[in-house]
Amino acid sequence: MWQRVVRNLIGGPATEAGPKPDDEALAELAARLDGAARARLGRSLAIREVDAGSCNGCELEVNALSGPHYDLERFGLRFVASPRHADVLLVTGPVTRNMRHALLRAYAATPSPKWVVAAGDCAANCGVFAGAEGVVGRVADVIPVDLHIAGCPPSPRQLLAGLLALIETSGRSSAAGVASK
Amino acid sequence: MRRSIDTDAWRFLLAEPEWDLVGLWAEPGRVHLLRRVGGELDHVSLDCAASYPSVSAVRPSAVRLERAIHDLWGLVPEGLEDRRGWLRHEKEYDFLPVEGEGIHQVPVGPIHAGVIEPGHFRFHVQGETVVRLEQRLGYVHKGIERHMEGKTPAEAARLAARISGDSTVAHSLAFARAVEAALGQEVPPRAVFLRALMAELERVANHFGDVGAICNDAAFAFIHAQCQMLREETLRTADALFGHRLMMDRVVPGGVTQDLGDPEKLRRFIAAARPRFAEIVAVYDDKPSLGDRTNTTGITRKALVDRFAAGGYVGRAAGRAHDARKSPGYPPYDGLSFEVPVFEAGDVNARVWVRIREIEESLKLLEQILDRLPAGPIAAALPERAGEALALVEGFRGEILCWVRLDEAGRIARCHPRDPSWFQWPLLEAAIEGNIIADFPLCNKSFNCSYAGHDL
Ligand code: SF4
Repeated sequence: MWQRVVRNLIGGPATEAGPKPDDEALAELAARLDGAARARLGRSLAIREVDAGSCNGCELEVNALSGPHYDLERFGLRFVASPRHADVLLVTGPVTRNMRHALLRAYAATPSPKWVVAAGDCAANCGVFAGAEGVVGRVADVIPVDLHIAGCPPSPRQLLAGLLALIETSGRSSAAGVASK
Repeated sequence: MRRSIDTDAWRFLLAEPEWDLVGLWAEPGRVHLLRRVGGELDHVSLDCAASYPSVSAVRPSAVRLERAIHDLWGLVPEGLEDRRGWLRHEKEYDFLPVEGEGIHQVPVGPIHAGVIEPGHFRFHVQGETVVRLEQRLGYVHKGIERHMEGKTPAEAARLAARISGDSTVAHSLAFARAVEAALGQEVPPRAVFLRALMAELERVANHFGDVGAICNDAAFAFIHAQCQMLREETLRTADALFGHRLMMDRVVPGGVTQDLGDPEKLRRFIAAARPRFAEIVAVYDDKPSLGDRTNTTGITRKALVDRFAAGGYVGRAAGRAHDARKSPGYPPYDGLSFEVPVFEAGDVNARVWVRIREIEESLKLLEQILDRLPAGPIAAALPERAGEALALVEGFRGEILCWVRLDEAGRIARCHPRDPSWFQWPLLEAAIEGNIIADFPLCNKSFNCSYAGHDL
């Protein structure tokens, strides 16, 4: 084992350069983010993931973000266990009848300022599950959504680009001198 | 071939001693039972207006299936007292009471602490020891079976691919094989091999992820990081070969939608992954502190595994050798050589070892498939006509059943996909009993049941 550890140390990290923040996502966000809140968040975001009815494909790719190749935490982004510690709800899947209540409660439990990112085609428009009897709608039908990340599932790169857009927007605005309290 | 039988014959079959429950599903006015008797499949159906003799009285693995049938189709299982909704959550839910001194409840979910699917676990604990776990599932129930009705096989295949994202290839394959059998349609040989290539890549990717995640829940982050890298490289190879990291929508009725990219990429991946994984396995095998967590934790006994006819690593870690690639078997596996690893201990450690050995076998299978890949077309056109058939496919979790009936226009009249998780979730309840609650994440991860695949 230690040979491997040493090799990893001298061999350089597996982590790759991050993607550019997604321009489209950036534009969507810039229109919505409130300046004061952005400044308060700085460049660190705590994310609570909520599967509201996904096929679990989106979860696989969200989980990949924590692996050595993507290493989400280097950007100041981290997953937290409770919505009470979260700035962002990252929601996947169409919202099922049976998850609607839990999603609403998670949203209510997240302190303001807060953002909702709808990740994956299902979260955006119910995808192939549109019209299924156990589905009540897309995420935006249940709670307000600030950012959509397309894909079925979105690749870790797409997810990262979307999330970086979120954090970049907040970073830029504080650099531009938006008043903070 | 399905036999339509009457209530007396149904009761008679239930009373037979030796058979495995493979599936139990319904449609308006009819229930279907699929049994495995001495290695042979036996599919029967019973026409019934409102109720049918309960199967769960003799096979407890049928309880949740019967509750789901009641929710979806209104048919009442005569003899089953538990009538609580399973997939429908409209009513208040009463968890089963547990009595005893100092027992308290720990409710967990539906939203869990990690990035995983939703479900509710109700623990009754005495001190640290779990006296009973009761699961409540159905949170991600979307109504996939009904949603498939009236769709063309091509449209419905997109739903089959999204029953459980981690098993997208396996569920797509089960659906495609069922449709093809219903139509009597042959698939070009190249497509048969490409399907197996994707299925084995999917198995390897998931097993890498699981071995790492199980070790992570035993606080051994090194193996987790190494396995995450191997998983990521598997998915990138899949992307390079088939244009999608999870290979979604690649297996469809009639064949596959995309031919293989550069096969050398896959050979290079295998050559690189094999020695690296061997090193990781040596570390796993060599760490007493890790073994201390995984040995004798979360034991499932062979008798129970047999009674539930649980497949996959849950069954094979406890001495039940079943693998759908061998029995009933399907091409191209009948012409390939591979072992089905079986362990006896039934604990977390045995479930890890089944996965380790299966990764090794699948890497060998991938090489054999590349060596023998026939040339030719990758898809055949489907006729539009009526038909009914079922198929069994071995996903990374175990045996997937898919039954389908097509109408005169060749559209889906009814479809029932049954994920292996149906027969594994209940065993997790049994496995955790008497363990400390802190070991639940470890046990749960070693089962890695699908919520989406179960909830449909
Ligand atoms: S967007 Fe695709 S991968 Fe994500 S939950 Fe929906 S079907 Fe699954």
